[in-house]
Amino acid sequence: MADADLKALTGGLELPDFETTAFTTPPPLAQATVAIVSSASLHHPDQDDFAPTDTGYRVLEAGRRDYMCGHWSPNFDATGIALDINTVFPIDRLDELAAEGTIGKVSDIHMSYAGNQFDLSGVRMDSGPAGAKLLRDHEVDVVLFTPV
Amino acid sequence: MSTLAHVFEAGGLATVALGSIGAHIGGTAPPRGLWCDFPLGRPLGRPNDAEFQHRVLAHAFSLLSSPEPIVEKFAETIADDGSETMACTLPPRHDPNLHVAVDEANGLRPAYDRAVAKLGNRVGAGRTVSADDIPAAVQAFADIADGTPWKQAGVPGIPARVAQDIRGYYETAALALAEHAPSAWAGTRWFFESTEAGRTIVAARKAMADSGEKHGIWFYITPGDR
Repeated sequence: MADADLKALTGGLELPDFETTAFTTPPPLAQATVAIVSSASLHHPDQDDFAPTDTGYRVLEAGRRDYMCGHWSPNFDATGIALDINTVFPIDRLDELAAEGTIGKVSDIHMSYAGNQFDLSGVRMDSGPAGAKLLRDHEVDVVLFTPV
Repeated sequence: MSTLAHVFEAGGLATVALGSIGAHIGGTAPPRGLWCDFPLGRPLGRPNDAEFQHRVLAHAFSLLSSPEPIVEKFAETIADDGSETMACTLPPRHDPNLHVAVDEANGLRPAYDRAVAKLGNRVGAGRTVSADDIPAAVQAFADIADGTPWKQAGVPGIPARVAQDIRGYYETAALALAEHAPSAWAGTRWFFESTEAGRTIVAARKAMADSGEKHGIWFYITPGDR
């Protein structure tokens, strides 16, 4: 078993097609509020875990570190997350970048979706736009997306 | 991730998407994407290596200055050649009246508790099966491997999720037993190839497949290449 074998298994997946690429010009990074959105099905222990076809999201609080991984796929290494949450969700690194002034501010909320979805219509049409609006309402400028 | 990046960008946010699979991030062409050729599960590369993680972030955030959509590849690659396995001393046989895998799961509980106390519980038991109930879940898979139909074996949930909790319990415990941070997949290889519970789950999966159960019920019990 090797990582390349598992990546090859996903080679036949149908990828979504976007006719145009939306493009938003950010403010200077040193003035920007940055949030992380992960597809690792992260959630706090007091939140609902993700169901297998869950296209919703969970809001993650920046001040907490009790993030649990609820991703359903068996096809990823989990020990990296166990050792260091920053391996998938670099919240401490963002705090450091804010402290040194590289980024303006770390958002007080972040988000996670479940990346193990075959039908993306719910994400594209419903929970995705809702998540974007939530972050905009929290005055987020830049989003870092991290997979698992 | 790239799909969400398109959606969020359309919602007025500037985005940067990391991607672990080159064909995916290239094929979906997010507004700004960085292909990080690292093992699945480690998109920032190396756990407990803040300097490396900052290099990844610096490259990712540099893409924000591009005046148009852009996808680049991070300069460093982390490869997994499929050979490294964690070296962990398993507990000795304690109760000969128990299935060997159940006895093993019981014996790992102190290590599991030490790891959770030190690291927290991010990928261990608890999504479907509590740590207290892991031995019973292992017994259910042992019964399946011995021929009991899975619906009669008492699997406490969807088999793939239960197996994921057992694997998480073992891989978390292993972090308390090993003297070094494992490379990617070393813990998974240890679980499936060196532990009684891992071998039992593989055997149960094969029994389910051989008995004609639906593909979706048994396939996701282990990584897909097994």
